[in-house]
Amino acid sequence: MIADFDYQFFIEVLVGGLLSGVMYSLVAIGFVLIYKTSGVLNFAQGAMLLFAALTFVSLVERGIPFALALVITFAIMVAMGVAIERTVLRPLTNKPPITLFMATLGLSYIIEGAAQLIWGTQVHGLDLGIEDVPLEIGGVLISQFDIFAAVVAAGMVLLLSLFFRYTRIGLSFRAVADDQFAALAVGLRLPLIWATVWAAAGLVALVAGLLWGARLGVQFSLSLVVLKALPVLVLGGFDSILGAIVGGLLIGASEKLAEVYIGDYFGGGIESWFAYVVALVFLLIRPSGLFGQKLVERI
Amino acid sequence: MTAITSDFFSAPVLPKWVAPVLLLAFAYGVVPLIGSSYLFEAILLPFLALSLAGVGLNILTGYAGQVSLGSAAFMAAGAFAAYNFDLRVEGLPLIGSIFLAGIVAAAIGIVFGLPSLRLKGFYLAVSTLAAQFFVQWALTKFSWFSNNSASGVIDAPRLSISGFALDGAIGRYLFALTIVTVLTFLAHRLVTSQTGRNFIAIRDNETAARIIGIPVLKTKLLAFAISSFIIGVAGVIWAFAYLRTVEPDGFDLDRSFQILFIIIIGGLASIRGAFFGAALIVVFPLGLSRLGGFLLGDLFDSGVLDMSQRIVLGALIILFLILEPDGLVALWDRIRRRLLFAWQST
Repeated sequence: MIADFDYQFFIEVLVGGLLSGVMYSLVAIGFVLIYKTSGVLNFAQGAMLLFAALTFVSLVERGIPFALALVITFAIMVAMGVAIERTVLRPLTNKPPITLFMATLGLSYIIEGAAQLIWGTQVHGLDLGIEDVPLEIGGVLISQFDIFAAVVAAGMVLLLSLFFRYTRIGLSFRAVADDQFAALAVGLRLPLIWATVWAAAGLVALVAGLLWGARLGVQFSLSLVVLKALPVLVLGGFDSILGAIVGGLLIGASEKLAEVYIGDYFGGGIESWFAYVVALVFLLIRPSGLFGQKLVERI
Repeated sequence: MTAITSDFFSAPVLPKWVAPVLLLAFAYGVVPLIGSSYLFEAILLPFLALSLAGVGLNILTGYAGQVSLGSAAFMAAGAFAAYNFDLRVEGLPLIGSIFLAGIVAAAIGIVFGLPSLRLKGFYLAVSTLAAQFFVQWALTKFSWFSNNSASGVIDAPRLSISGFALDGAIGRYLFALTIVTVLTFLAHRLVTSQTGRNFIAIRDNETAARIIGIPVLKTKLLAFAISSFIIGVAGVIWAFAYLRTVEPDGFDLDRSFQILFIIIIGGLASIRGAFFGAALIVVFPLGLSRLGGFLLGDLFDSGVLDMSQRIVLGALIILFLILEPDGLVALWDRIRRRLLFAWQST
């Protein structure tokens, strides 16, 4: 039995899982950004992802060049971030986090509805000009598109880390994340910072939306990607970018391996809940996630 | 001794039970006589099922403070359990099936409530999603649950109580109304009892609750069990009395959110709130479609309706959270006080 074990196939599945995990991480990073600075679990991240991808595709389909469409979409996402800060977050300052979470649930309904009301509900194809031809690396077949996605994700994490560490606004992000009250007391402009964070989350949503959109087609189900990212967040801790990456990799890999090796015993299709079970079992052992800060709130 | 007469004219305060009893008398005595079948099928039956689900979730989320995003899973569990009990156990009366279905939902609720012993807030909310996906998957995957029906959609058994068939819209309405009334009354008794106060204590400050001697873990699991029982029975009403089919697809994540929205809009930690919220959630899409059709004509097709519903619903949630965090109940109480005051000063 063991002798028959196909290592090459195993590694292929593993690598495929890790790379799809990167795609989860991409979505999860958007959550972490907002959670770190405002303590809000932004359920609307998936809707923002859908909105960004749909806007971009619709612009390109109307003959606007790729780069310009990217800029316009980003501008729209920034405007959306500012508007959300103004109309939703500001009136809800100092409310319990769970209230803010429910507000983002409402927000996700608004954004999803608006995206499809404006751009229609049909499925759009999205071609980023990357060929999805499997590459053979060391005898293992790996999708070229997956590698591209992984590189983009890595680049984004690097960029965000540098931004947080070396820029002034990044410093104020960290201050707000540490202690909102103290940050206000030393004169940091909370509204500006929140608007910036939501704009940054919009950028992450745009990138993730384009990659996922190229994969699945741009359609309503894109906003359900959020449900894939939640176990990643639970596993990695809501406030750690590193956790989002490692959690994504773990979830991606274990999900694929489970589907291939033990899925048959359950009659298949277990990926809809397997990630949650992994995250839950893990949490029962380590309630603060992989890299999350230890908070009284959680245990 | 002279009697001291009050300067204030105060309205005679009615005992608390008067309003519900009058309302029930109306619901039993008048509505069946004047209601059209559209009123029963499209408004009252979904309203009753969703209200009951709202009452159930309110016990868990409003009173005990544990946010759950998996309510629809417990509705599904209840509906399918009742179907299977009815199908497979000879001679079990319908009420028996429904009661056992509630027990099954409660058992599943306890299992998925276990993480609440170690998790709080968002982490718990996310982990209740596991219930949502797992239950829906299991019900679709294993055809035993749906009696090997090819489409996964099954006809609900006919409602009857000791041989007396309740097939028509009015019969199903009375059936649902009775179950909802009984369970709501019990829920009301529960939240005003010591157990209910324990729930609230845990919601407000878990550490303090532990210190004054409330068994926190047991109480949390109890909240999950009771809430799931009620939601499970609500699922039975939804499937048996309202839709008259049992299918997993109707109990998706959107349904869970819908029930959460009902208690936010209606008012957290209020039994009445669930009814207010459910009324709004059921009536508003119908109103919106009428209004849209009237204003936009043919432009307002079902796709546009669906999208504008989502937008308006989302906006309503945010507006309520910002302007009226205590929900429609608070709004209603305020309006009633104003009216009383205005009536007194004339």
